[in-house]
Amino acid sequence: MNPLLVFPDPPPPELAQCLDLGAWTWKAVDDPDSAIADEPDEGWAGAVVSADSDPDGAVRLCRRLRQGEMPLEPLLLLIDSTHLVDLESRFDLFDDFCLMPVRPAELQARLQHLFWSSGRGIRPELVEYGPLALNIETYQAAVDGEPLDLTYMEYELLKFLASSPGKVFTRETLLSRVWGYDYYGGARTVDVHIRRLRAKLGEEHAGLIHTVRSVGYRFGQSRWGI
Amino acid sequence: MDETGNVRQSGQQDYVLRTVEERGVRLVRLWFTDVLGRHKSVAISPAELATVFEEGLQFDGSAIDGFSRIQESDVLARPDASTFELLPWAAPDEPSGTVFCDITNLDGSPFEGDPRQVLRRNLDRAHAAGFEMFCAPEVEFFYLAQNTGQPVLLDQASYFDLTTADVSSDLRKRTLHMLEALSIPVEYSFHEDAPSQHEIDLQYTDALTMADSVMTLRLAVKKIAMEGGVYATFMPKPLNGIQGSGMHTHLSLFRDGANAFFGGDDEHGLSTTARSFIAGLLHHSREITAVTNQLVNSYKRINEGYEAPRYVSWARNNRSALVRVPVTRTGRPDSTRVEYRALDPACNPYLAFSVLLAAGLRGVEEGYNLPPEAAVSLDELSRSEQHDLGVASLPTNLSEALDEMEESELVRDALGDHIFEWFLRNKRAEWSDYQRQVTPFELEQYLPNW
Repeated sequence: MNPLLVFPDPPPPELAQCLDLGAWTWKAVDDPDSAIADEPDEGWAGAVVSADSDPDGAVRLCRRLRQGEMPLEPLLLLIDSTHLVDLESRFDLFDDFCLMPVRPAELQARLQHLFWSSGRGIRPELVEYGPLALNIETYQAAVDGEPLDLTYMEYELLKFLASSPGKVFTRETLLSRVWGYDYYGGARTVDVHIRRLRAKLGEEHAGLIHTVRSVGYRFGQSRWGI
Repeated sequence: MDETGNVRQSGQQDYVLRTVEERGVRLVRLWFTDVLGRHKSVAISPAELATVFEEGLQFDGSAIDGFSRIQESDVLARPDASTFELLPWAAPDEPSGTVFCDITNLDGSPFEGDPRQVLRRNLDRAHAAGFEMFCAPEVEFFYLAQNTGQPVLLDQASYFDLTTADVSSDLRKRTLHMLEALSIPVEYSFHEDAPSQHEIDLQYTDALTMADSVMTLRLAVKKIAMEGGVYATFMPKPLNGIQGSGMHTHLSLFRDGANAFFGGDDEHGLSTTARSFIAGLLHHSREITAVTNQLVNSYKRINEGYEAPRYVSWARNNRSALVRVPVTRTGRPDSTRVEYRALDPACNPYLAFSVLLAAGLRGVEEGYNLPPEAAVSLDELSRSEQHDLGVASLPTNLSEALDEMEESELVRDALGDHIFEWFLRNKRAEWSDYQRQVTPFELEQYLPNW
């Protein structure tokens, strides 16, 4: 599994212990710049940000992580009860929060719930959506329990889309996030691969990948339920 | 390759190795192509794959047509992990994978005799000029009852005929499923004009992937025909008096993700780039014909006419033209493209796409002017009328095409010295063998009378 981003560096000892006990892989960063610089190739799995020792730094980091076309999710904010009032106008900056001092069982439950509701299942190595399951560790994909034979780029594209169901991606974003380097064909290549993926998903499931006219592609239902 | 490229490549190899393990693959076929475009395969055990990714597979290239050199003949096959596929026709108890290879010299430099490397080099050149080429071929072929002696047709149907009970529509359907499973999307497939002739149109993709796809398609079509007890042939002109098989190929250039051929308000909807690209294709067409139509037999198709072009011309709605500009539906600028109609399915797709790209790009670089559209069907004009219109014809036989190619700096540059010279030698020999043959035509015409 790719690591969770944890703030600050070093994190409070009880937080580090909680994460280790829950077998999460994680990496601590101290500021927004190192969050970008230290980002693994596969991206961060999510973030746990403690606003305990440096509340302003924590808010700055959250803002940075949630900017742009690819905001990081899920993001769990750890906060002191005296700072609850500060959250009011900042609901966009986190997906859930947890009061300090942390109770290990609560932190586990919240993290697992966040991963489940973002479509990634409570086992972070699995991406599941409806009939589709992707195993990140073994690179295998299955639909209705039947293995799918995919090329590497088809697999990577499906994994990327299925990891953010309901979200619309432009061709350019897909090209830079999934291919990430000069590739014969440029953005048109994305259309070609979508067409190939739909064929391999089969008629029944081809509709999992929607074309959003003049924008790009979306996996699964839209967030507005249309 | 830069650092991200390396990381990406090792990710791809990792993916292939895990898939081989998880799916219990028993055999991995390394695929490559000789200079004539014939499919070559070496099978290795999955246990060797990691090493082959790392070091390549060393083999003696001198046994491969067009690979031979006087001095050291060993080369390396380096699998391109992005092309790995599980073979859909492998037996369920013996899963097999396939992967296309680039051939390199022992020092890792691209091998001059490898057609795939030739296409890569031409695409890199286009890329440096800001262009990506997309191709969509329409591959025609015949199903025959046998592969020796007089060809026997399977049916008497015609264009778009819906033949319910025939063997061939079932074969074609199974082929399509195989192609889709091999990541080769099919746009259309139908019964062609001639009896027992079929066409499969592939959905456009980048030229390198498409050349790989054409290789896979020819194999899949033949394989499935064989399983059905018939023979499939991509020979350009297997039967007298019946139209031959072509591989009309649609080409487009993209720049920054947009179609560089789309010309907005232009009378024909063509950009300046498109106009000079077409002019390049026309200007150099006689030089590249030996590559796009490489068999003695290829010229029997061209000379007969039908849907094959004989004259160097372009048009929108004139099927005797060499380059056709299909009318695109309004609101779909991305589908602006040109169709080059000389190609036949017995070509080496890597080399054919290379020379087409080189010819078109030369036109763009030098700003060639596009001659006027051919308004009439050129087949109906006499030789002198054609001459008055300044219309050249394509070479009428392989020998003439080779003469044109030999003089061409453009083709030499596109193919590289090694392949250019080997190809000429090999094809001159083929022509000279043919020249010595007494043909059925001669026996029929002369034996009773002389």
